[in-house]
Amino acid sequence: MSLKIDNLHVSIGEKPIVRGLTLEIQPGEVHAIMGVNGSGKSTLAKAIAGHPDYTITSGTVTMDGEDILGWESDERSRKGLFLAFQYPNEIPGVSNANFIRAAVQARLGEGEELDAVEYYERLYSKMDELGIPREFTARSVNEGFSGGEKKRNEILQMMMVTPKYGVMDETDSGLDIDALKVVAAGVNAQRGPNLGLLLITHYQRLLNYIEPDFVHVMVDGHIVQSGGKELALQLEDKGYDQFREPSPALVS
Amino acid sequence: MIPSAAVSEPPVDSPEPLALGEDAPEPTPPAGKGGLFLPPPVQKDQPTWFQERQWKAWEKFESLPLPHRKDSAWRYTTLGKLDISRYTPAAAVDSSAAEALAARSLGGPEVAGRLVTVNDRVVQRTPLSDELRAKGVVFAPMGDDLSAQRETLLRHFMANESVLGSQKFFALHQAHVRGGTFIYVPKGVHVELPLESFHWIAGEGAAIFPHTLVVAEEGSQVTLIDYLDSADRRQNGFVCGVSDLYVGAGAKVTYLAAQNWGEEVVALKMNTAHVAAGGHLTSLHVNLGARYDRLESHNLLAGAGARSDMLSATVATASQEFDQRTLQDHLAPDTGSDLLYKNSLSDKSKTIFSGLIKVAPGAHRTDAYQKVRNLLLSDDAEADSMPGLEILADDVRCTHGATSGFVDDAELFYLQSRGIPRLLAQQLITQGFLTEVLTRLDDPRATARLADLLAAKFERMKPR
Repeated sequence: MSLKIDNLHVSIGEKPIVRGLTLEIQPGEVHAIMGVNGSGKSTLAKAIAGHPDYTITSGTVTMDGEDILGWESDERSRKGLFLAFQYPNEIPGVSNANFIRAAVQARLGEGEELDAVEYYERLYSKMDELGIPREFTARSVNEGFSGGEKKRNEILQMMMVTPKYGVMDETDSGLDIDALKVVAAGVNAQRGPNLGLLLITHYQRLLNYIEPDFVHVMVDGHIVQSGGKELALQLEDKGYDQFREPSPALVS
Repeated sequence: MIPSAAVSEPPVDSPEPLALGEDAPEPTPPAGKGGLFLPPPVQKDQPTWFQERQWKAWEKFESLPLPHRKDSAWRYTTLGKLDISRYTPAAAVDSSAAEALAARSLGGPEVAGRLVTVNDRVVQRTPLSDELRAKGVVFAPMGDDLSAQRETLLRHFMANESVLGSQKFFALHQAHVRGGTFIYVPKGVHVELPLESFHWIAGEGAAIFPHTLVVAEEGSQVTLIDYLDSADRRQNGFVCGVSDLYVGAGAKVTYLAAQNWGEEVVALKMNTAHVAAGGHLTSLHVNLGARYDRLESHNLLAGAGARSDMLSATVATASQEFDQRTLQDHLAPDTGSDLLYKNSLSDKSKTIFSGLIKVAPGAHRTDAYQKVRNLLLSDDAEADSMPGLEILADDVRCTHGATSGFVDDAELFYLQSRGIPRLLAQQLITQGFLTEVLTRLDDPRATARLADLLAAKFERMKPR
């Protein structure tokens, strides 16, 4: 049982972005990938989720032993994978409640109808937990939401679909400290033996609130060092340069 | 019954006034053509002036040419879909059929009044409250005795000529019209709850001629919702409707039309609105049904500060064709109009939009917008847009634009990443795209009801 990424190579167009990344996440574990902009963190997240613009050139991704790379993104999601977006999309005219309902409904068997009353009870209780006001059910998905509201909405969706593995792409970006605490509390509430988490972040700050079991440093499309949570502090202290191979541009 | 005119009519002692008397020449249909090319039945129960007008309209119908390929008002239209020789004026349905359709006439839970019309004949009505009647509000089929409204009717009934290409069909409507919905709201009266009018078409090859006339006097307020539907969605039919809205000074009128004719129906609707100084009209057409549906909307901003919001949401599927022609006609200073038409197109469907913003000399400080957005869900669909401007005044703000595009891939990925299958995700995005028009109404109940109708059409097309 794990989400296993093995020697993964991902390109956008002709350009290789992720170059031989290997990582395994067991249920119950929280991993953090840290890296600067352009290191390939977000590409990794989207490629795992099945974004059609990203080409897997080699390597495998398996979820509990099943190869997921042949699946469409919706199937990956229904099988238990969740991606919290760095920049969640706005969907004009589609209410947040209907959107989340469609996501929950998609997980039911054929002919099975979602119980509307139970659904709303659950939705409201999760919204309360995240401090999301009720009027957000009727508003269009993410439209006119602040950065913090969008991120809270991502966590709400995650709570409603109860994934086995969650990939959180820069969940801390654009959040002030209060919003960050709320979002982190939402994530921590879901931690447990049935959920494996991969946090992708640029800064150590998020890890003060969601404590990782493992920290990996990503440079130029692959992991250059792995360790415990103390690695994040070391990064905060000394920066990423210590891991960077000298590039021709820097030498000259 | 339509009231008699005081001045213009000949003596009424003959029970069979004008119409097809000996003096009138027998009209001859074009060679080999029957159906609606045959003269309309004489409506003996109507007053003479009305019959006279019908006869004149018939003469006009016969004198005018059919739409022609080279006629710019019919550019892009598949004219072959407009063969009116296939239809005959609809007959009354029996009482059990009428009851069944009345039972299917589901509107909102709270209304100020409701009329159910089948084949141009009223089969059920929920009258106005005594309070509204005491205030002088009228909501009645034109078949009622409206002699008290004689002046209003003479002034407003079919008062605006058709200018957007359907002159021949406008004449055909007048030659056949046998009633319709008449609403009169006196000065300063607010009708808080909506009025609803259901129009059903029933019978293979039937032709109906629904008519709507709303007269909202100075400072009044009223909302009318028209529901247009077929008794049997498989039946062929022809609809030739006219609606006239008169919005008095400072009056506020909302007109909603939910068009859900069966997929074998050919429908034409000619809308004219006249907005007086400081008046505000909001109109919204939801277009779902029909094989060919033409919507003409001529909005006259006739008095200073008049405003019109013109909205439309269309779901085109299979080989449906929606043909929309509009004119935002600014005649007075400080007037505003805002048009937003959205179409989604699937399969081999087609939409045509031709819209003109016209600003008359002297209509200074006009503020006019026109926006058409087509969402293409298929490579075989066709969206033709012809926006236009004609500005003869100074200091005006006018923008127009038409865009066509496919569903945004990033939005699609977001929904799919939540487990929603691709086709369903596309459908949700499309519904959202159209629902945005409905939310402009600022009336959550009406928005919800129309959104349900949209959803029902999407449900019908859902991949199994």
